Amino acid sequence: MNPDASTIAAGAPIEVDLAPIAEGQDIKVFWRGKPIYISHRTKKQIEEARSVQVSSLPDPESDQARVKEGHDQWLVVIGICTHLGCIPIAHEGNYDGFFCPCHGSQYDSSGRIRQGPAPANLPVPPYQFVSDSKIQIG
Amino acid sequence: MSGPSDYQPTNPALKWIERRLPILGFMHSSFVAYPTPRNLNYWWTFGAILSMMLALQIVTGVILAMHYTPNADLAFKSVESIMRDVNYGWLLRNMHASGASMFFLAVYIHMFRGLYYGSYKEPREVLWILGVIIYLVMMATGFMGYVLPWGQMSFWGATVITNLFSAIPYVGDSIVTLLWGGYSVGNPTLNRFYSLHYLLPFVIAAVVVLHVWALHVVGQNNPAGVEAKTEKDILPFTPYATMKDAFGLSCFLLFYAWFIFYMPNYLGDADNYIVANPGVTPAHIVPEWYYLPFYAILRSIPNKLAGVIAMFSAIIVLLFLPWLDTAKTRSSKYRPLAKQFFWIFVVVCVLLGYLGAQPPEGIYVIAGRILTFCYFAYFLILLPLLSRIEKPRPVPNSIADDVLAKYGSKSATVSTVVVLALAGALFAGSAQNARAEEQETPPSQKWSFAGPFGTYDRGSLQRGLKIYKEVCANCHGLSYIAFRNLADPGGPGYSTAQVAALASEYKIKDGPNDQGDMFERPGRPADYFPSPFPNEQAARVANGGGLPPDLSLIAKARSYERGFPMFIIDFFSQFQEQGPNYLTALLEGYEKTPAGVTLPEGTYYNKYFPGHAIKMPQPLTNGQVTYDDGAPATLEQYARDISTFLMWAAEPHMEARKRLGMQVFVFLILLTGLLYFTKKKIWADAH
Repeated sequence: MNPDASTIAAGAPIEVDLAPIAEGQDIKVFWRGKPIYISHRTKKQIEEARSVQVSSLPDPESDQARVKEGHDQWLVVIGICTHLGCIPIAHEGNYDGFFCPCHGSQYDSSGRIRQGPAPANLPVPPYQFVSDSKIQIG
Repeated sequence: MSGPSDYQPTNPALKWIERRLPILGFMHSSFVAYPTPRNLNYWWTFGAILSMMLALQIVTGVILAMHYTPNADLAFKSVESIMRDVNYGWLLRNMHASGASMFFLAVYIHMFRGLYYGSYKEPREVLWILGVIIYLVMMATGFMGYVLPWGQMSFWGATVITNLFSAIPYVGDSIVTLLWGGYSVGNPTLNRFYSLHYLLPFVIAAVVVLHVWALHVVGQNNPAGVEAKTEKDILPFTPYATMKDAFGLSCFLLFYAWFIFYMPNYLGDADNYIVANPGVTPAHIVPEWYYLPFYAILRSIPNKLAGVIAMFSAIIVLLFLPWLDTAKTRSSKYRPLAKQFFWIFVVVCVLLGYLGAQPPEGIYVIAGRILTFCYFAYFLILLPLLSRIEKPRPVPNSIADDVLAKYGSKSATVSTVVVLALAGALFAGSAQNARAEEQETPPSQKWSFAGPFGTYDRGSLQRGLKIYKEVCANCHGLSYIAFRNLADPGGPGYSTAQVAALASEYKIKDGPNDQGDMFERPGRPADYFPSPFPNEQAARVANGGGLPPDLSLIAKARSYERGFPMFIIDFFSQFQEQGPNYLTALLEGYEKTPAGVTLPEGTYYNKYFPGHAIKMPQPLTNGQVTYDDGAPATLEQYARDISTFLMWAAEPHMEARKRLGMQVFVFLILLTGLLYFTKKKIWADAH
């Protein structure tokens, strides 16, 4: 009763071309049935994410741990609120991050939970940079 | 098994069977000669009502299963096909959907009866536990059944509830993957839910058999809570209880029929008329009304795992009731303190239900926490305490004495009926969720199809079709309507020749031909209205990124809060016209952007569109469409006509539904009357 072979195959890694995504823009792709936000962060967003004291966060995690070294402007997160599963809206909320309309959880520009009932940061899916402008998710 | 049975068949054929399998004697001793307490009231008819509802759900469900397709790409359409094309499919679907609500209403009344009269006490503990098991399996069955139509609420309700299991430490994520059959709610999930939804009702039936067996071994409880001792205390099940149950059943069927024929969408959610979209979360995810109190308890606890534990504990605590309440007096009739707290508990449950439908903000959160505490306090603190400190009133010596003394205190039954009616009404209304903040309430219009005798205005439908063809069809599809539907009874009333002519004006893609190529041909009556764009992406490109929704179901997919006390009045006036009211208001609601409001680029200000910024420019203006029948070419007229047409597109069988409803009501009222007088006659000598 575990996922069958075709479902697992459909969940094989996908490649996403980052070139068309302008600075400050984000796109949503689907992988394994889940929406994934890919954000091309502005300098301001990166600074805001890094200026917070990590220990004060509800789910402490540094911004550096959530992005790939040398590719700090790219944030790749699974767009499913860790509270009860709604899809948060990008570029909303008090932290220029994500806002979940269901119960009001707010995530920052690193996808970390800042306020609201969600217990954890937006998960980062497994991905790697195939080239500077292409990533493989999965 | 129980009860005196002196059944000896005289017919030789029956004697032959009886000697080999004494089923006739078994039936006789269980349901004819079975000794029933003489003083039972109508709260005891709900066992029979529940048996009937289970049978009805299974029968309607099995027939629906012959026409339903459990695939994520096809499920929604197959349900609409049942509603539109399957003979009496709309009736089967309405019976099954409303039947689920009726099933839960009856089970809650049945459980509250058990709570009040102490039917869980010694020697009926196992009977009670079996009942809680039935309730749990019912909840699982109902949850999975709601997922099957694969609407927005189906999908997102499934997402939220299956995600709950991830709160379980260590095994949580594995359990969720097993439930999903994949990496998210998707086609494997739908398939396995369908399989289990078909299976579990038969599990329920098996546990019901055990439940009735356990009942027959110990005998029924009764309002006095005093066990039957002598012949004077009891009556044979047939004809006394049989006829009383039949009368109760008939009254219940009347209430049920009200929903099937006149209010089929009252207890549902408009969002479930939108196809499931994994990329768009509805503004308010709300379960069906019968889960609302538990949803409220879940959301009251700020911690994810604790919330899940609290929610399940709210049901598990029922299993321990016989050991939490150890008072010797069974019936709350003779326990003045327990009786008052029972009614407070009922109010707590109803309020929890109301809160389950509200957004978890502000005062609702605080109220939810207090009421969750009250709920658990009733079972874990209050009942054990009362067992020790309460001084009960003296119980009657016997059931016979209770019957003789009974004729004096009718007021108690009346007040309980009033409270439960109110509770029921509040419950029903609480299923509507709170969107009021973002949306203006559309004004109520007069519709020819409203009310029990409503019909569609043919002229209006034909004018609406003209508006659709000339204006709306440029961007919006109508893919569930076939040309042949225009000639169906209860619709615009075109002849088959007119329909064939209309169809042939359209170019329909068909193929492949023998060369392997796709080609175009003129439309035929069996074809469906073609959509203006081949796919979603093409539609978005042509409309500035926005997706014009298909209009087939839009009149049922849009709704708004009616507020208190309107939603109670709506139940009696059969108000189901939120959709057309909204559509009319929207089409007439384009206004100049108010000062201080900035709209996102490419949107227009509309008074009634939630959020006020709509991507569609005003589609209709005065004089835009010329009518050939002399109706005024005004925006108001266009809005009425297109709304009427779209209501028909969403519910083509409405006239047949209301007509059959009237016949069923007349029949049931007569039946109820006859059963009442029969019951009275049979019981005349028993009092």
